[in-house]
Amino acid sequence: MAGRLGTLGSGPEVQESVRRALEGTGVDWRSRIWEAFLVFSLVVSFVFLVWLIASQVIASIPAWQARGVVDILTSPTSSDPEKAGIGQGIVGSMIMMFIVSLLSLPIGVAGAIYLEEYAPDNFASRTLNTVIRNLAGVPAVVYGILGLFFFVIVAAPLTGGRTVISGGLTLAVLVLPISIIVTAEALRAVPASIREAGFGVGATRWEVIRSHVLPYAAPGILTGIILTLARAFGETAPLLLVGAVAGAFATASNVSFIDQLLGPYTSMPTLIYDWSRLPQPEFRSLTAAAIVVLLVIIILINAVAIYLRNRYARKW
Amino acid sequence: MTEVKQEPSPIAANVKADGSKESGRRVAAMQRMKVAVGGGDQTGAVASESVFEVSNFNAYYGDFRAIKDIDMSIPMNRITAFIGPSGCGKSTLLRCFNRMNDLVPIAHNSGRILYHGVDLYDDKVDPVEVRRRIGMVFQKPNPFPKSIHENVAFGARISGYKGNMDELVERSLRRAAIWDEVKDKLKQPGTALSGGQQQRLCIARAIAVEPDVILMDEPCSALDPVATLKIEELMFELRDEFTILIVTHNMQQAARASDETAFLTMGEDRAGYMVEKGPTSEIFTNPKNRLTEDYVSGRFG
Repeated sequence: MAGRLGTLGSGPEVQESVRRALEGTGVDWRSRIWEAFLVFSLVVSFVFLVWLIASQVIASIPAWQARGVVDILTSPTSSDPEKAGIGQGIVGSMIMMFIVSLLSLPIGVAGAIYLEEYAPDNFASRTLNTVIRNLAGVPAVVYGILGLFFFVIVAAPLTGGRTVISGGLTLAVLVLPISIIVTAEALRAVPASIREAGFGVGATRWEVIRSHVLPYAAPGILTGIILTLARAFGETAPLLLVGAVAGAFATASNVSFIDQLLGPYTSMPTLIYDWSRLPQPEFRSLTAAAIVVLLVIIILINAVAIYLRNRYARKW
Repeated sequence: MTEVKQEPSPIAANVKADGSKESGRRVAAMQRMKVAVGGGDQTGAVASESVFEVSNFNAYYGDFRAIKDIDMSIPMNRITAFIGPSGCGKSTLLRCFNRMNDLVPIAHNSGRILYHGVDLYDDKVDPVEVRRRIGMVFQKPNPFPKSIHENVAFGARISGYKGNMDELVERSLRRAAIWDEVKDKLKQPGTALSGGQQQRLCIARAIAVEPDVILMDEPCSALDPVATLKIEELMFELRDEFTILIVTHNMQQAARASDETAFLTMGEDRAGYMVEKGPTSEIFTNPKNRLTEDYVSGRFG
């Protein structure tokens, strides 16, 4: 369409024709509309998020005012809205996070090392890889049923049945596939040239992994594991099945930590679930307060992960 | 056993490193011993003893034959260059000399590579032990993202070196002609050095484990001409102690910096094969095969 320019030599006519060609025909509406659509999509998701958080923060204000931050954060669960707090939920969730990191970190990392560094590339290992990726997407409630069967019923002599141990184990199994995936991604990000360098000076596979691959992948692994912890922290459905529903820790002064581990328990998300179904109007604000606390904790965990990722980001 | 004869190149004579003579003699003595043990019947009438004897060697990736029917011998304490067009399998061949190609899952091979008379691909041979004796320098400088000191010390430590590590690090860095540039920053990461320095650090890392052979896979392709010249000078210096095999795309480099040159190209089936091999001066001035002549004169490839 556009003719060739600059073949006529110089002069004002040529300059004018070049100017017209270069300045184009004005506004490109199609690309403007496309751009507006993209911005709109972003805004929609963002608006819902902000609305969600804002509505909960506003709804929680009466509870904070009536009870005070410390009282809500530390009080045990109660059916009396004047006394109810989320202390036990926080403790229950923390114990479960401890169990989750104790299990999913070593097992997930070891599994990922095998898959990435040792497993031969054949049908079996590719199938295993696909299965693990699919397991990561299995609805959490399915893991709850699994936990109910294995940890609450079959392993009852070890876990004590519907205890915080069973809850922690169930969550650990839930995040295990994700731990493996994030670790495998971090291992894969270590360039092949580094492995070759190790092998080139006569290192064995394990020496290469231990001295080079793992240390260089560690920040990525750590970040990924922390993010999976955040996921586990907010998980509700499996815990409802393995007994956190209306339970609460025994708090009498003569009850030991072991008794707490083997007794009834609750967690942050199950507490929110319970409270949201209670009839008293005061619980509506208390539920919002618990939600705000849960969100703050998850945001904090994510912030730590992002900080670690940026702090140890490695350029190859 | 005949004494290993050296032809000192003018460059090597000028820039000989301190103390390299003695350890060179020790390595040469060790090599003669290994040959005696392994059965030195492969050496024949070549001017220098050979380190490798390759016979009827083929390398495959899955069903694809990357190199076919290679027969050659690699002389000791010489620099042997592999030249040829892209995709002719020079790097694959080089990586078979220290079983680096084992790391490619679909790679397999047939035929034999004898190292001082021992078949490298014998079932009883441990590739880790092979790589301790036959070191490697890669195309892209790949120092570990650790300190310069640790880069050099790692290989020696895992191979059970019990001596003074600081001394070994200094000696290796001196032999790689990089000591003066890094002696004040041994704690700094090796990745912070310039490309040419990184590559010399990688050479120091390779020689710290006292290998017998050093394989260099286009070591200068990522470097500028000045850094390239430094590496070439270094190769002449190292030739006294090590046998060096180098793959290069740069024909001037092969002409300048090698004693022997093997020209490889690929056939209709895309499998690389060796056209001819001989003293570098012969290959570049008086090649026997017309393909070689076309390649070294720039008419093809």
